[in-house]
Amino acid sequence: MSRGSQGVGDVLLTGGTVIDIGGERRIDVRIADGVVAEIGERLDAEVGEVIDVTGLVVAPGFVDLHTHLREPGMTEAETIETGSRAAALGGYTAVVAMPNTDPTQDCVSVVDFVRAEGRRAGLCDVHPSASITVGRAGERLVPFAELAAAGVRIFTDDGSGVQNDGLMRRALEYAGELGLTLAQHCEVSSLTAGAVMHEGECCSHLGLPGWPALAEELMVHRDIELVRLTGSPVHLLHLSTARSVELVRAAKADGLPVTAEATPHHISLTDERLRGFDPVFKVNPPLRTMRDVEEVRLGLIDGTIDAIATDHAPHPGHAKERPLDSAPPGMLGLETAFGVARAHLDLPLRELIALLSWRPAAIAGLHHLHGRPVEVGEPANLTVIDPAINWTVDPNALASRSTNTPYQDVPLTGRARHTFLHGEAVVRDGVATR
Amino acid sequence: MAVRHLRGIADVGVEGLLRLLDLTDHMAEVGRRANPKVPALRGRTVCNLFFEDSTRTRMSFDTAAKRLSADTMTLAVGSSSVNKGESLRDTVETLEAMGVDAFVIRHRSSGVPWRISEWSDASVINAGDGWHQHPTQALLDLYTIRSERAARGAEGFEGLRVGIVGDIRHSRVARSLTEALGLLGASVLHIGPRTLMPPTPLAPSTDDLDAALADLDIVYLLRMQLERIDSAVVPSGEEYSRRFALTPERAGRLGEDVLVMHPGPMNRGVEITVDPARLTGSVITQQVTNGIAARMAVLFDLLGGVDTDGGSAAVGSGVVGL
Repeated sequence: MSRGSQGVGDVLLTGGTVIDIGGERRIDVRIADGVVAEIGERLDAEVGEVIDVTGLVVAPGFVDLHTHLREPGMTEAETIETGSRAAALGGYTAVVAMPNTDPTQDCVSVVDFVRAEGRRAGLCDVHPSASITVGRAGERLVPFAELAAAGVRIFTDDGSGVQNDGLMRRALEYAGELGLTLAQHCEVSSLTAGAVMHEGECCSHLGLPGWPALAEELMVHRDIELVRLTGSPVHLLHLSTARSVELVRAAKADGLPVTAEATPHHISLTDERLRGFDPVFKVNPPLRTMRDVEEVRLGLIDGTIDAIATDHAPHPGHAKERPLDSAPPGMLGLETAFGVARAHLDLPLRELIALLSWRPAAIAGLHHLHGRPVEVGEPANLTVIDPAINWTVDPNALASRSTNTPYQDVPLTGRARHTFLHGEAVVRDGVATR
Repeated sequence: MAVRHLRGIADVGVEGLLRLLDLTDHMAEVGRRANPKVPALRGRTVCNLFFEDSTRTRMSFDTAAKRLSADTMTLAVGSSSVNKGESLRDTVETLEAMGVDAFVIRHRSSGVPWRISEWSDASVINAGDGWHQHPTQALLDLYTIRSERAARGAEGFEGLRVGIVGDIRHSRVARSLTEALGLLGASVLHIGPRTLMPPTPLAPSTDDLDAALADLDIVYLLRMQLERIDSAVVPSGEEYSRRFALTPERAGRLGEDVLVMHPGPMNRGVEITVDPARLTGSVITQQVTNGIAARMAVLFDLLGGVDTDGGSAAVGSGVVGL
């Protein structure tokens, strides 16, 4: 797409450190016509606009494998536009929109609507996923080929797992052949009926129905074995337990095409947070124990888990003011992901960005557009991060339409300063431009 | 130490429990008077907010408030008729705007009293939340234990052996009582099948009631909800009774000073197949009677400091003027 004639709209990022899949280097970056036009030391500052990014990091934009934009159907919680704005402010240039909308993203018309609304908002690339089964009812398969032709690469019944073993097997066989990836929300529902929080000591005291770690691990195990049988890839969503990480580690050692993600909240918060009964800490899968948190962190550090994904799940304030057992699960995540991950993962910045950018881009099939090296001719989907800035999370200052962040008043370090989408500055100095 | 809320046992601690027990003694004395009514909470408003049906507890609180001359309002919202459009917070803020000094809250969901205490300036008294806590039940149970044992020449909670029998997992009564007895130095044994125990034990447990009975000072029977049987948590009511009911045979093996308690309402033929009226150790009726005094003590403790005119609600020193 054309974004003005040569020279007009050019932006020169000077003095920053580029971090991408190729490594880390101190170079200037010129953006023009939606692409990286020039890189090098001390580029000519006479042409176009100059942004001083001294002390900042220029990186490929982040890619979220797991965003609930809530539109269509639940626009009181979020819209494609407000969610896209939150994403851009968080440093994301692409998000995979989860299909549990109303109506479900299980057919081309709904998927096209989501993509078009994303384009209209123009704040980040919105890539709709689609459900595995019609209406996420776990009974009939969606038209995979038709949806693939419409550009869908990730299929998931997220919000619930595909319970029926035979159906999941057929879905893997059918979709795998088309080169598609099925993503699983691992939860055996017969073990989690009425569950509110992690099953353990805390829930025993609080008198709340527990969500046992086993309910996740059984489905992780089943899907790994189905991958072994079918050869089709599976992406495991929001892993939350120590044993899940162990299972995935073993599957990868066996060379199986299994990928996995973990959320910022599962590496930063434990079930102890539920002691005040505040539904802002209710999420699915639930916050677990410190041991689980540590193992999920280790999984991200050693590469067992491929990506950090937010599971950004907005809910209106009144829904989170219901009693804990009837409040909906979910937390905001897009604007805090980088700061939270930075605080809880002992990783060099480049490794952290890998988990947020090129690794998820590859899983989402977006690696031709996002998570690219910062090289001449590459699409200018970039984020400029201030890795040292200290800020405090204010729910009301977030761009999301909802305020259900579990990090209220938490001090974080590091945040996106500027975000460029196809060369256009959609975030400048921490403010969305559209 | 001034206590603002009684949401769970942790809100009062050991000192608070002992103070409330002593206060319950005074209130029981008031209750025995020809005119069992005192002006201690005149001008105060207590709102009974019952989101779950509970005629007995609601009447007990209502009577307690009236004996202390508080004004009461009652909102009984059966869970089936809860207006789904109005959030809990809206309900509470609306009622508080009418002038409420204390909310007495019963809700089917664990934790609701904690949330309400964040939204409201009023004191919050938990009249039972989900499977979580029922602190006034624990208080009346402790009071019953103390007074009935005193009548039998025994004193104190230290070393007292209490067996709580039945559905511990789903029981707010068991959670509050276990915590309170633990604070006071009693030893609690949970008796029931694994399926009725919390995922992580809150006390030592056994599924062998017959073996446990010989070493108990108190047998506390929990109500066995029939829907648990329907949902296959236990195979059948018949099997439950065979293993865990207080049968005439088991009752016959209890020592003379062993107390038998039940929070009510009893499921006759399920957790208890002996007629409690024929049990010398049964203090089930006293539990109900003491409920009013215990709730008066809680209301007075939370609201009795200063009356609406700014003076002391308790005439004279302490509670002597009650």
